[in-house]
This record gives sequence, C-alpha cells and structure tokens, in this order.
Amino acid sequence: MGYEKFNILKSTTVPLPIENIDTDQIIPARFLKATERIGFGENLFRDWRYNADNSIKKEFVLNNDAYGGKILLGGKNFGSGSSREHAAWAIYDYGFRCVISSFFADIFRGNCLNIGVLPVQVSAEFLDKIFESVFKNPKTELVVNLNSQKVNIPCLGITESFEINEYKRGNMLNGYDDIDYLTNMKDTISEFSKNTPL
Amino acid sequence: MSKTLFDKVWDSHVVHRITNGPDVLFIDRHMVHEVTSPVAFLGLKNRNVKVLFPEKTFATADHNTPTINQHLPVKDLLSANQLKALEENSKLHGISYWGLGHEKNGIVHVVGPEYGITQPGATIVCGDSHTSTHGAFGAVAFGIGTSEVEMVLSTQCIMQTKPKKMKISIDGKLSKGVTPKDVALFIISELSTSGATGYFVEYSGEVFRDMSMEGRMTVCNLSIEMGARGGMIAPDDKTFEYIKNREFTPKEEKWEKAMKYWSTLYSDKNAIFDKELFFDGNSIQPMITYGTNPGMGISISKSIPTAKNQDGGVKTYLKSLNYMNYSEGESMLGKKIDFVFLGSCTNGRIEDFRDFAKIVKGRKKASNVTAWLVPGSHKVEKAIKDEGLLKVLEQAGFELREPGCSACLAMNDDKVPEGKYAVSTSNRNFEGRQGPGSRTLLASPLVAAAAAITGEITDPRTLY
Repeated sequence: MGYEKFNILKSTTVPLPIENIDTDQIIPARFLKATERIGFGENLFRDWRYNADNSIKKEFVLNNDAYGGKILLGGKNFGSGSSREHAAWAIYDYGFRCVISSFFADIFRGNCLNIGVLPVQVSAEFLDKIFESVFKNPKTELVVNLNSQKVNIPCLGITESFEINEYKRGNMLNGYDDIDYLTNMKDTISEFSKNTPL
Repeated sequence: MSKTLFDKVWDSHVVHRITNGPDVLFIDRHMVHEVTSPVAFLGLKNRNVKVLFPEKTFATADHNTPTINQHLPVKDLLSANQLKALEENSKLHGISYWGLGHEKNGIVHVVGPEYGITQPGATIVCGDSHTSTHGAFGAVAFGIGTSEVEMVLSTQCIMQTKPKKMKISIDGKLSKGVTPKDVALFIISELSTSGATGYFVEYSGEVFRDMSMEGRMTVCNLSIEMGARGGMIAPDDKTFEYIKNREFTPKEEKWEKAMKYWSTLYSDKNAIFDKELFFDGNSIQPMITYGTNPGMGISISKSIPTAKNQDGGVKTYLKSLNYMNYSEGESMLGKKIDFVFLGSCTNGRIEDFRDFAKIVKGRKKASNVTAWLVPGSHKVEKAIKDEGLLKVLEQAGFELREPGCSACLAMNDDKVPEGKYAVSTSNRNFEGRQGPGSRTLLASPLVAAAAAITGEITDPRTLY
C-alpha cells in the first residue's frame, strides 16, 4: 500500500519549545472515537489551541499566523505516553511531515515512521539553535535530507546528521510499508508458528 | 552464552533478522480493544486479507464504555459506533469478543491474566501502552500502534528493533503503608519519564520476589511511564500458582511441557545488561505526584521540589506547577482534593480494593469528595462482593461502578471537571488526562482511600 515518499523537505517550522509533550496533549483521548483515519488534524493540540468554549487561544503557536510549515519542532522527550497512533495521524493530517526534537519516546517514534512522518533527533544544542533562529525570524527555513541524513539551517550555514535505521530509511524514501514486507513472508511465518512453545 | 530473561523470550520469537533493520518478531498473544483497532481492521478490508491466526487474538471493550447502566444502549453515538465496529470485526474474523455485558468483560490488561491468556515466555502485544502489565508473568509484553495492530492481525508478526536491557534491583522490605504503586512511582521519580526510553526492564530483588502477582502487575504496568518499552519479572512458583487452571492456560501434559519451557525463564548468572540500577526498598515511602507527568512524584510527607533543582527544563517545570496551581516548596499534606478514582489497569484489581477498604472501614467518605470506584473486570467486581468488601465500602458511603477504563483517560462520562483535583490510582497525570483542565495526583489505593475519608492529602499511615 505504502504512503507518500519522503526525500528532501525544505520548509518553515512551527516551534513548541516545551519538554515532555505527551500524546494526551497531541490529541486528547476524547477525540479517539473515530473508526476511520479522518479529521484528526482538527484536534491536534486541541486543549492548547482552543478554550473550553471552542474559542481560539491566541497565544498558542498554531494560532499564530507568523508560524507555519511542514516541520514541527518540539522539546526533549516528545511523544511520551500512550501508544495511540492517532497522535502521529493528527500531526500528519494537520500537514506536518517531519518532527524535530532532541529526544523522542519510543512508541511515538515508531508510529511516525509507520505512517510517513519523519522523526528527526538532533542534539540539544542544535535544537536550541533552530529555536533561536526561528524565534528571531519565523520565516527561517530548514532543509531535512533523508537520503544524506542531514538537517541544515541555511541562514546559519550549519548542518547536523541524524540517525535512522537503514531499513526504515529505505521504506520512507520509497514509500514502502512493513505490512507489504510481512505479507510476503506469510509462509515463513506459518512454518515458524508450528514450533513456538505456546 | 549467558542470556537475560528478556533475550531468551525475544530471541526465540525472531522469525527473521533484517540486516541494519528491525527483527520480524512472532507474537503469541494479541489483545485488541475498541479504540486502537478499527482502522487496523479497515486496513485488512482494503487489502482484502483475513486474520492469519484468529485464535491468538482476543478482543474486549474497555476504553470507551460507561461504568453505570451497562445494560442500557451506550448513549454516546461515537462510542457506540466504535463498540459496534469491534463486535462486527471480531465476528467477521472469528476472534473471541468479550463486549459490554459479557461476563468476562473488563480492562484488557486485567482480563488477560485473569483468564490465563497471559503466560510466561509469551510475546504479547496490544494497541495500548500499558500492555507492559503482562510482563509480571515473565512475558515480553508491550504496546503497539494501529499500523502494528494491522500487522499482527494479518501476519501475526511485527517489526521491531530489539531494545537495550536494563535491570532494576530492589532489595529490602517495604514498610507498612508502602505498596507496589509506591515502588513504581518511586522508580519513575528517580529515572524521570524518559529515563528508560530505549530499554526493556527486568525487575529483580527481594521486593519484587515478595510481591503478589497483582503487585507485580502494577509495577510492570507503569514501566512505560519511565519510557521503557516494557518491564518483566522472572516467573516463579507464585506465577505458576496464579495461572494454573485458568481457562486459557495449558492443562495436563501440555502444562508439563509448558512448565519445562517456563522453568528456563530467568536471567543467567553472568548475563549482561546495558544498564543496572539498585535501590533500597526499606527507604521507599508512600508516594504522590504533584505535577503533570508521572516522574513528578515525591514521598507524601516531602515538599514540592524547587525548579532550580530540576535538570533542565525549568520553564516546563514551572508551567507544570502553574497548571496544578501549586508552588515550589509547598507541602502536599493537607491539600484539598475534590475527586478520588480507584481503578484502571494499574490499580483496578482485587488487592487494590482490599487496600482501599482497609482504610475506609468504619469511617465515612468526606462530603466534599466525589469518589469513583471502578473494578477492572467483572471478575474483580464479583470478588469485591464475595469477600464482603462491597458492604464495607457502602457503609463508608461509597458505591461501586461497573468495569472499564473510566476516569483513567476520561473517554466516557467519568470526567474530572476543569480545575478540580483528583487523587487517582491510575497511571498518568498529564494535563487534561482525566478531563479538560483536570488536575491529577497519582497515588496508591491506600493514599486514595485516606484522601477520600479526610478530603485532603493524608498520609494513610496515620489512619491505620
């Protein structure tokens, strides 16, 4: 089936310099009631974006027209908490294709990779530089190159490499998904199942 | 070569190892619930494939379900629709489904062990991060996303990079009033919510050996709250005694055969862990959280730490205290609370209700407190009645609700209102977790009971 291919992304960003942003903030549980993968972007960061009466919280960055783009910036330990893939869906559905942080929670990172959102982990220092540049000038663009595994801040002329396992990198570059891979292994899996102890 | 318990279980389930990539891991048991499964089933439909091993998947409804009047149609149309989808998908694919009203219904991580689906040495996954609970039995159990739910349904495998290994050893004896929940909150407060990210944890030492299976489940359940993929404890006689003769555990010769495998499940003497941590069990006190992540916990009699003592993230720390309307240096004891929630996959088992009843027996619920007591399953509910605990609870002014996840994540009507404080035996105190604007204080059933009686944060040891 696959998803949109990812190669080089050049974009402005939306900065959220907060640590431990958990999946309940990304999408609160009460918005997990759909039976199809549609409309989750509307409720991305719902309780930070809107007041209880659905009026807009002007001070929140997603409501600030100065910022926008396909890259979301988050503080350390982004995506902690629940395994809800809805968090990654909401980020994708809103229009982001990449999240940059200095540390990601495991399940969230895996979920992103499975749906075509690239989690890019950079050093705390490099992340600070990105935040600094973006706050100084919201039009600051970053270049994320998956093929060479590098993030570049053109206005500062600095670049940092990031890690991603080779298999997952290949999947994202080509838009492949794991289910197709596993489906082609079904006979091997069925054989394997005959010798499992439980 | 010496192997850890985790290595033994993981390695024996690797179907294929991709060079510079993840392992293809075979899954023995798959639990599904209504919230994270519908899109996975939709994926099967779009690909026109059937569930490969329907007998290895078990479905229960829990996240979205009401905890009163379960005999009536579910009012919330979206919730009703999700429940209907799970029922239809289970039927279509031949998966056993324990829906609302079914005698085996309950929280997925409570019913799995109750019916013997959870077994030592198994790989167990579910689209829920607290799947780590099942590690209490020596299983490799962890939460997965919906794409992976679809992988398991269609191929009984997922693709995962093998995590690193951490051992947390705690020796000594727990003092009176200190429960497994306190042990877990203590560990998380030491490690922070990301301290075990990238690791699979094995808990070892006297404290865990002495714990009941229920207590071990509480500890393993909370492994995810320090970022770990999962946590596990080597099976022992207590484990085998617990699972023996349950509906889905092997019987007779099959039991003997399984016991042969299970008796190999321990970390070899010289097995190497990537990280080892040691704590003293004697010094752990009843715990409570004061902030908006489970790592923000302290001994109940200590005061709230100052921001300057936090490693980095001072701004985030103060944002969190501001949300809670607390200040640095304040004492938690005596703070007024509004709600008490006893339940969830963390503390919704019979032992938790016994603890709660022990404190409230012969006393009265504070009039300013709304209390939700929600058993983890019908089996727990029945035990509460059979053991006479219901009477104790009712005499103290409490009522028992019907099973489900309830106020742990507030997907149903059990929502804590904006600005109100809830002492909760659940697992997450994130902003708005128990309802928009709600403020959660995580604690043990003993601390929750003490707060329910006095209407404020109280050291349960003063009520013994």
